Amino acid sequence: MRVLLRNPRREIEIDGGVPARTMLERLGLAHEAHLVIRNGTLVPGDERLEDDDEIEVRPVISGGASP
Amino acid sequence: MSKCRACREPAIIDLPRHNANFCDVHFRQLVRRQVEKAIDDFAMLRPGDRVLVAVSGGKDSLAAWDLLVELGYEADGFYVGLGIGEYSEASSEHAARFAHDRRLRLLTVDLRDEFGYDVPTASRATRRPACSSCGLSKRHLFDRAALDGGYDALVTGHNLDDEAAVLFGNTLRWDVDYLARQLPVLASRDGLPRKVKPLVRLTERETAAWCVVRGIDYAVDECPMSAGNRHLRYKEALNEIEAHSPGSKAAFYLNFLDNMAPLLADRRDASVATVGECTQCGSPTTGDRCAFCRLVETASQHEPVPVAMARRR
Repeated sequence: MRVLLRNPRREIEIDGGVPARTMLERLGLAHEAHLVIRNGTLVPGDERLEDDDEIEVRPVISGGASP
Repeated sequence: MSKCRACREPAIIDLPRHNANFCDVHFRQLVRRQVEKAIDDFAMLRPGDRVLVAVSGGKDSLAAWDLLVELGYEADGFYVGLGIGEYSEASSEHAARFAHDRRLRLLTVDLRDEFGYDVPTASRATRRPACSSCGLSKRHLFDRAALDGGYDALVTGHNLDDEAAVLFGNTLRWDVDYLARQLPVLASRDGLPRKVKPLVRLTERETAAWCVVRGIDYAVDECPMSAGNRHLRYKEALNEIEAHSPGSKAAFYLNFLDNMAPLLADRRDASVATVGECTQCGSPTTGDRCAFCRLVETASQHEPVPVAMARRR
């Protein structure tokens, strides 16, 4: 499946057939610091991602202490 | 497939700190209720209040603006152009588009146009981290705009992660004066508007998810000048704890407010009493001139510094 990552923005291709939470673990990304979005829709951690899915892994941690 | 705790429909998000999954409808309900609870518990706002939202174009400030409008408050936005290259250009566009699409009023000020400097230049001129001059500039201008506009309160998008990280840092240093002032509501006083933080019961994963389900197109990319700052490292440390013990961040911050902050009231009152007025702009300060007026003088005399050059420091 194709996965869009941010900061910096880049795309990678990895095997599907795994839950979203497992994909984050394999990428070394913290669950609490990311959302997984499939074809524009949020998915929970146990949702199985397939090879033909288009995934965005969106980091949610902001750097500054104020807006 | 996981099910929503409330209705058993397919879930869109898992929230370990609530030990639950939620569908779109009940996630939105949860977020609204958390904001309403924060507003009620801390007596942040009264029905119909007219507020100014400090807007960056990122998820938290746009979520705060969106939620307050949805909850019936009259809310305008205020954006400060920081001059951080493409990042600022993109952030500005996100803020402007949000306001335009919802027919909301967005006020803007540009540091370079109005005061003759930008954040990269200020960082170089003061030999301080960019986040220092950025935060100082925004706080001053947000305060001034809220006062000049006669708003009932200045709203910022600080979320639970922001507050827990600041609390973590203040506690590591046992900085009692900062701890005493770390509240979700700060009352207005001479030269400062009332300040409220209605998102303090929401994590940043939840505010980002709110933006996704609401179709809010926010600036996802991080500020290029914030990389590696201390605040980010505190957040990472707290998220490591949260992964093993869900709910720790909320307990750390919200129990501080319940159990510790009341004990610091005397210290808070003492720090308020010692503030005077800036001889140049009238803002509260402990010296002759406030930090913002001194920053403008220093930074505006410095040759402009491009973002890439400032990051090399």
